Amino acid sequence: MSDITQDDVGYVAPAENAEQDLYHPKSWITKYVFCQDAKVIAIQYASTAIAIGLVALVLSWLMRLQLGFPDSFSFIEPEDYYQFITAHGMIMVVYLLTALFLGGFGNYMIPLMVGARDMAFPYVNMVSYWVYLTAVFVLIASFFVPGGPTGAGWTLYPPQAILSGTPGSDGGIILMLVSLALFIVGFTMGGLNYVVTVLQSRTRGMTLMRMPLTIWGIFVATVLALLAFPALFVGAIMMLLDKILGTSFFMPNIVELGEHLSYGGGSPILFQHLFWFFGHPEVYIVALPAFGIVSDLIAVHSRRHIFGYRMMVWAIVIIGALSFVVWAHHMYVSGMNPYFGFFFATTTLIIAIPTALKVYNWTLTLWKGNIRLNTPMLFAIGFIVTFLNGGITGLFLGNVAIDVPLSDTMFVVAHFHMVMGVAPMLVVFGAIYHWFPLITGKMYSETLGKFHFWVTFLGAYLIYFPMHYLGFVGVPRRYFELGDTQIFTESVGQLNAFISIMTFIVGFAQIVFFYNMFRSYAAGKKSEMNPWGAASLEWQTPEMPPGHGNWGKSLPLVYRWAYDYGVPGATHDFVPQNMAPKDVPMEKKARKSTRSRKA
Amino acid sequence: MNFFRQLTEKPWLPDKNGAIGMRDNNVSDTAHARVGLKMFLIVVGVLFFLLTVSYAGRMVYEDWRPVPQPWLMWQNTAMLMLASAGLHWAQSAMRRDEWNQVKMGLIGAGAFTIGFIVGQLLAWQQLVDKGVFELTNPAVALFILITGLHGLHMLGGLVAWGRTADKVWQRDKFELNKVRQSIDNCTLYWHFLLAVWLVLFGLLFSGNDNMGILLTICGFK
Ligand code: HEM
Ligand SMILES: [Cu+2]
Repeated sequence: MSDITQDDVGYVAPAENAEQDLYHPKSWITKYVFCQDAKVIAIQYASTAIAIGLVALVLSWLMRLQLGFPDSFSFIEPEDYYQFITAHGMIMVVYLLTALFLGGFGNYMIPLMVGARDMAFPYVNMVSYWVYLTAVFVLIASFFVPGGPTGAGWTLYPPQAILSGTPGSDGGIILMLVSLALFIVGFTMGGLNYVVTVLQSRTRGMTLMRMPLTIWGIFVATVLALLAFPALFVGAIMMLLDKILGTSFFMPNIVELGEHLSYGGGSPILFQHLFWFFGHPEVYIVALPAFGIVSDLIAVHSRRHIFGYRMMVWAIVIIGALSFVVWAHHMYVSGMNPYFGFFFATTTLIIAIPTALKVYNWTLTLWKGNIRLNTPMLFAIGFIVTFLNGGITGLFLGNVAIDVPLSDTMFVVAHFHMVMGVAPMLVVFGAIYHWFPLITGKMYSETLGKFHFWVTFLGAYLIYFPMHYLGFVGVPRRYFELGDTQIFTESVGQLNAFISIMTFIVGFAQIVFFYNMFRSYAAGKKSEMNPWGAASLEWQTPEMPPGHGNWGKSLPLVYRWAYDYGVPGATHDFVPQNMAPKDVPMEKKARKSTRSRKA
Repeated sequence: MNFFRQLTEKPWLPDKNGAIGMRDNNVSDTAHARVGLKMFLIVVGVLFFLLTVSYAGRMVYEDWRPVPQPWLMWQNTAMLMLASAGLHWAQSAMRRDEWNQVKMGLIGAGAFTIGFIVGQLLAWQQLVDKGVFELTNPAVALFILITGLHGLHMLGGLVAWGRTADKVWQRDKFELNKVRQSIDNCTLYWHFLLAVWLVLFGLLFSGNDNMGILLTICGFK
């Protein structure tokens, strides 16, 4: 061993994973439909999520029609409005963002970025997608049962969720709960895959701390989801039993229309605890992958290593851990012991520290970077700004005293749309543009991409800034209309109309995005290999798009972290993770001094 | 695999050992399936933990109406312990390469598990016979829900048990390693669900007010 020098280690054979019998599709069906290749499953997940997300977008238009122009659209009844709100919120949070980040980006990126041939359990991975698809269909089915989908709000609070005063309290809520339970089962299958793949299938040289932050974000988010979803599962099962069998897990003694219902003895607060024990981590299940991806976009497109990599990893882990001890901040107004309130307010504010640290580090990465303002980078910067914005309003809401008057107003709606609606969507778009060449082998149109960015970004601000103001003057959330309420001046109505018009413009502008994607895929110009000059492993496959098994004959060997940009003395401004030190092309003179300078 | 120690690495520095690339990825060579199973068991643990907490949370209300626990539960608990012991025996026999004993252990484990599940159903029946089977009483509903979910997990285990038995009986058709892993994983699963059951039984369903005592000690009641 002693005569192996640093430069000679290239021959160490990568550890092929004996256990992985790579799956070989035999027919068209097993290649494109019941496929076990994580890349295909990723596309399936992503397309399904985006398709159902478009349904949620249309629902938000319908809501905005009503809010912006009350009394003008007789086909929207108050009941409909509640059903729209509920389906919109639930779809956006669970069926779109969770599925897209973990099922979509997770499946595509994890094996490629850690240097594996596929997920650890490809078959389970495939089943995971089909269970998810079933969950989506069950959800859609709830629109067509008598009484329609549930209108209980995405929080589904009992007792009202299953009582006759709420729209969709029969078939609607049952299908909603069944669909959620299915989603959780499907997700758990996928989630176990992602975790085991990250822990077990990394290629030789890929230590945990050499993984790109994208993988860290997805990994920790998956762990959160695996631990948090059981709470929703338990809640959903209990509520199903309350509805179908007449148990009373969540149902207190209730008198409805003068009649004593057979329920009694249950605790509605128990559901709130279960729901938010899931619901708060859910925010981070969406946010952490976005954090990770955005870090990588920023590093690649500003040609600098990410600032404070280690701190970024720790911050992700710490945020993940803390997100389990803050859930009750959603329940300040449910009547709780003030000491508990104090505890949850404190933990909530503590989370702001690692989060703020991440924002600083992104900014410091940009500083003095060689910034290339292409479409993915614009979206990444848009994310930082938006997230900062939402984070600041969040600090207000995290204080019990300030939250109480603002609770259930449009201020809250604006806040959470900023942090968990607009911000993650900007990352999703940025990520799609960034990896489009890798996934399709084609280049998208930069002009259309930039147009798409500016409309979406500015439009989102025109929608949500005024909404904060509406919240301050007291416009309540989840209200079908304001009627002749004295305290609201005419300008409230005008502002509402303005917001609505903006949502139509922004929504329709997304056509540009879809046009760009489909058109570039079909007839775009071929992309060169690794067009961004990225150092991370997913761009170093022998073919682009990566073929079956990802890596050709042998697995890549990893020699460095994913952020070797601007290495002093190197000819190119980046060194791929799998390039052996002896192969790094050096400028003649600099060769000698390199090592000392780098250390 | 020391997760937290790895987190202190500084990936931007050249490798201290002087050999970039020689450093391995710190992946453990445990089989994927085993790691996956452990992760899954953690998820199952969270599920039952939440159910237990819900039960406890409901107990502290004044209108809590406890129900007499069916005595059959003691017998069922014994059965589940025997099932676990059977697998344990099969596992150790497998290490000694005594395949007849493996088969006996497996058969015993399967039989006792089925016995356990049937016993749990009979315990439900006992509640009905006693006339306390009121679904609106949270004590009854939680009892049914928790034992039901636990029973479903045992049923799922039986599927894995069947596949393991298949591998053991047709040993020549499988890699020995796979057969062994199957037995190991089955054993782990049974031990874990036994442990979960013992906690559930001890705290909630043994007829002693153990959870109540615990809650009083912690000052919740
Ligand atoms: C296309 C842009 C969007 C528009 C125009 C929009 C509009 C709306 C409106 C009008 C409401 C109802 C407010 C109320 O009366 O209480 C709402 C609720 C909600 N939205 Fe969005 N939204 C959009 C995107 C998103 C996204 C991407 C998410 C993902 C996190 C999201 C999550 C939610 C949630 C969780 C609720 C609360 C539902 C409830 O109260 O039960 N929205 N949205
Ligand atoms: Cu929260």
